[in-house]
Amino acid sequence: MITKYLFYFLSVLIIFSALMVVFSKNPVHSVLYLIVTFFGIAGHYFLLNAQFLAAVHIIVYAGAIMVLFLYVIMMLNLNKEVEPHKPIWIKFAAVIAGGLLMITLVGSLRGAEALAMKTPADQSIGLVENLGKTLFGQFLLPFEISSVLFLAAMVGAVMLGKKETH
Amino acid sequence: MNQVISGVPLNYYILLSACIFAIGVLGVLFRRNAIIVFMCIELMLNAVNLLLVAFSRYLSDSAGQVFVFFIMAVAAAEVAVGLAILTMIYRNTKSSDIDILNKLKW
Repeated sequence: MITKYLFYFLSVLIIFSALMVVFSKNPVHSVLYLIVTFFGIAGHYFLLNAQFLAAVHIIVYAGAIMVLFLYVIMMLNLNKEVEPHKPIWIKFAAVIAGGLLMITLVGSLRGAEALAMKTPADQSIGLVENLGKTLFGQFLLPFEISSVLFLAAMVGAVMLGKKETH
Repeated sequence: MNQVISGVPLNYYILLSACIFAIGVLGVLFRRNAIIVFMCIELMLNAVNLLLVAFSRYLSDSAGQVFVFFIMAVAAAEVAVGLAILTMIYRNTKSSDIDILNKLKW
């Protein structure tokens, strides 16, 4: 039953730090709380026996994306609390809209747990071997197309980031 | 054992993912700083990823985990391009406030 307590601990950690991402005043603190959230989600992947995805998640999110965020915040010098705030009624409406969306999502996914009981649990689907067989067999074309997407993103980022000379 | 893998029912993962997704939407509506809005979009993508992994685990289908892999790739590309756009906007307007970018608004 230790996985159950780990699940509760990680969930509370994730929800708390996700809320702190939204509500903390300093953007640098938001990024740091987002890193905590990502590590919590990687812990959930470990609990779900998806070890390869957990490693990739830490490498991609905590390693690459968060460094980009921190770098941009540093470059733009946004670490001051200079941000203007929305009026209070918009904040109130945002909270209500988020809560309603959550209720709708939970309600619409309520019947989904009946699906899960049909097949016996396979412990090894998250390992590199099985994932690689699926990725390079059934999903080979999307994999190659995603490399083209990366090329386009790289060229686009360089184009956008370049200073206009004329 | 089949319905409760590792002691946690699938319902809990659905609830947790819905929570994270709702927090992401809340952040997009709540804040005016464009970088925070980006982070909240990342939160939403992660909520979907977590739910996909949970479903793939409980249905014993590795296709769900491959989808998560692709979502991560798209998220990385999106962040690179998005932050480049953001730095360009900051260079032109000296601000990261999304409420001044209302030229396309009716």
